[in-house]
Amino acid sequence: MTEVILSLIILAGSIFIFIAALGITRLPDMLTRMHASAKASSLGIGLLAIAAAIYFVHSWVILQSLLIILFIFLTAPISAHMIARAGYLMKVKLWTSTVIDEMQNRYDCKNRILQSTDE
Amino acid sequence: MNILYSTLLEWVLDFSFLLLILSLILTFIRFLRGPSIPDRIVAFDLFIIILMGFIILFSIKMNIIVLLDTVIIMALISFLGTVAYAKYLEKGVNS
Repeated sequence: MTEVILSLIILAGSIFIFIAALGITRLPDMLTRMHASAKASSLGIGLLAIAAAIYFVHSWVILQSLLIILFIFLTAPISAHMIARAGYLMKVKLWTSTVIDEMQNRYDCKNRILQSTDE
Repeated sequence: MNILYSTLLEWVLDFSFLLLILSLILTFIRFLRGPSIPDRIVAFDLFIIILMGFIILFSIKMNIIVLLDTVIIMALISFLGTVAYAKYLEKGVNS
């Protein structure tokens, strides 16, 4: 029974990581690629760490897998935010059918000032 | 019964290794032909995360607990590298 649950968790984790890689290859834009890679890969690593904690029934391994999940869930959003900000400030080309870009005329790149309204 | 379950786990581990190798190849393709530098940084971040999953699966297959230490260190190192690249790009824009 444990083996079946373990196999299901490992399969789900690696399939999520494969979906992240597929998205980073096929999506058209930097921001959409980041949307694919940041979330699906952290979910996949979390599932694989849970699988390691179930396989080795050992208190040190459970602590280690909790640490892995904590670090990934703490650092992945921060690094994705910083890369997205740097890419936007570098004026990376957006996708051609992007609907809305709310920061378009409001951010002063020289003085780092964000205007809230158009007045 | 026991033998069947053991082969199921072996089969799933081999299939997951195959999936992770395929995703390493796809991510490396994006790393080679990303049009801008932030694309390459995103691909590099995903590359290190896939390697971490690979190490976790390898430690399950080979029954080695010690390899799980490497994954924590790789998470910290990849975060530091990504933040350093992003800071470098922003400074380059403004100066």
